[in-house]
Amino acid sequence: MTLEEVKEILKAEVITGADTLQMEVKMGCGCDLMSDVLAFIKSDSLLLTGLTNPQVVRTAEIADIAAICFVRGKKPDEETISLAKSKGLPLLMTHLPMFESCGRLYKNGLIGCSEYKE
Amino acid sequence: MAGYTRMGLSVALNTKNNAKADVRVAQDKEITKVQELTYELKVKDVMTTDVVTVSPKDTINDLREILRTRRIAGAPVVEGNQLVGIVSIEDLVKCLARGEMDASVEEKMTKKVETLYADEPVIHAVRKFDRYGFGRLPVIERDQGKLVGILTKGDIIEGLFKKLQIDYHEEEIHRYRASHIFEDIVADKTRLHFQYNIVGQDFNRAGEAASGLKKTLLRLGFHPQIVRRVAIATYEAEMNIVIFANGGQISASVQPEYIEIEASDAGPGIPDIEQAMQPGFSTAPEWVQELGFGAGMGLPNIQKCADKMDLTSQVGKGTDLKATIYIKERGN
Repeated sequence: MTLEEVKEILKAEVITGADTLQMEVKMGCGCDLMSDVLAFIKSDSLLLTGLTNPQVVRTAEIADIAAICFVRGKKPDEETISLAKSKGLPLLMTHLPMFESCGRLYKNGLIGCSEYKE
Repeated sequence: MAGYTRMGLSVALNTKNNAKADVRVAQDKEITKVQELTYELKVKDVMTTDVVTVSPKDTINDLREILRTRRIAGAPVVEGNQLVGIVSIEDLVKCLARGEMDASVEEKMTKKVETLYADEPVIHAVRKFDRYGFGRLPVIERDQGKLVGILTKGDIIEGLFKKLQIDYHEEEIHRYRASHIFEDIVADKTRLHFQYNIVGQDFNRAGEAASGLKKTLLRLGFHPQIVRRVAIATYEAEMNIVIFANGGQISASVQPEYIEIEASDAGPGIPDIEQAMQPGFSTAPEWVQELGFGAGMGLPNIQKCADKMDLTSQVGKGTDLKATIYIKERGN
């Protein structure tokens, strides 16, 4: 699924990385615990999270996450945004809550990390 | 230098005259890979060896048939082993216009032939094509003058592409062979050591060490999956130092067979290591949990990423964690 499609499905706004919307995300992961993200996420995933601190971007960088979408209408601070910009990591934001965001993407064919076979 | 540059353009890029001038300025000081290759490659490396030749006794009508069936625009004229001339489609067209199709090749061919030696660098061929505007040049052996091949501009371009492809392929293999740096270094024992100082309680900077180490290892050419495991283990160890200790150090020792990460601090220490290793067990304060950490997954995560993990701690003295990740196949 491309980020463009994610944006459509979640009616999301693009915070940074508008030029990368053709990028493909292979699977999705909805999580607020960064350690769990590090433990279970696979490369090239879309991370859905309600956390907006810079550590989310760090986690994404370390775990090769392709893009982040913040749920529940949470907008990250400048520090988080500028860190994402410097790492070339696209950030999106949707007003939908976590469960609905995940559900809509899953219904539209984005698989989860445990289903992905390399 | 001017000739050098022109070659790169007229053959490899085939640019128009006006574009030529622009690029020449840009390239004057820098020798491109293509230019380098035209010196490195020999005519024999790129020429066509299966040469279609005609005999001086053949008629122009015979020539027409040969050019048509072999789909070529000219051919060297050979008698015995010796090159005696060259004849092209242009000669044929002239004969056709004058109704001289029964004339012999010998009468109509060009007798003074520009040739190349098989052991000349390709750059010489490029200059010759430039100077004379011929479509093809016969290639002869330096000693005997025997015809050994034929060269067109197309052959040169194809030869350059092939060489570039081979070089690129080799570079790619090299890049993904993580141990190459060690093969290039001559020493009885080689070890790369990277050290990062960790500031305690500073959440905004937490992760910089893991990020820096990740970038460094990728740049050194280690496999992305190996780097990912090192980075995650380092990041978790770094978070532990930031959360629990008043700073510390992380070092990575890169050896030919494995990468060892060591995280040490002079923090409060862990009273019960077995308990700390239980997934979900956490002593992290609430503010840390709000940031998405301190869920009791850090140490189990490190263990999951590492092939070997060693944790020692003394209450009141500090904690030392070593995690080893093998560079070759897991478990080797």
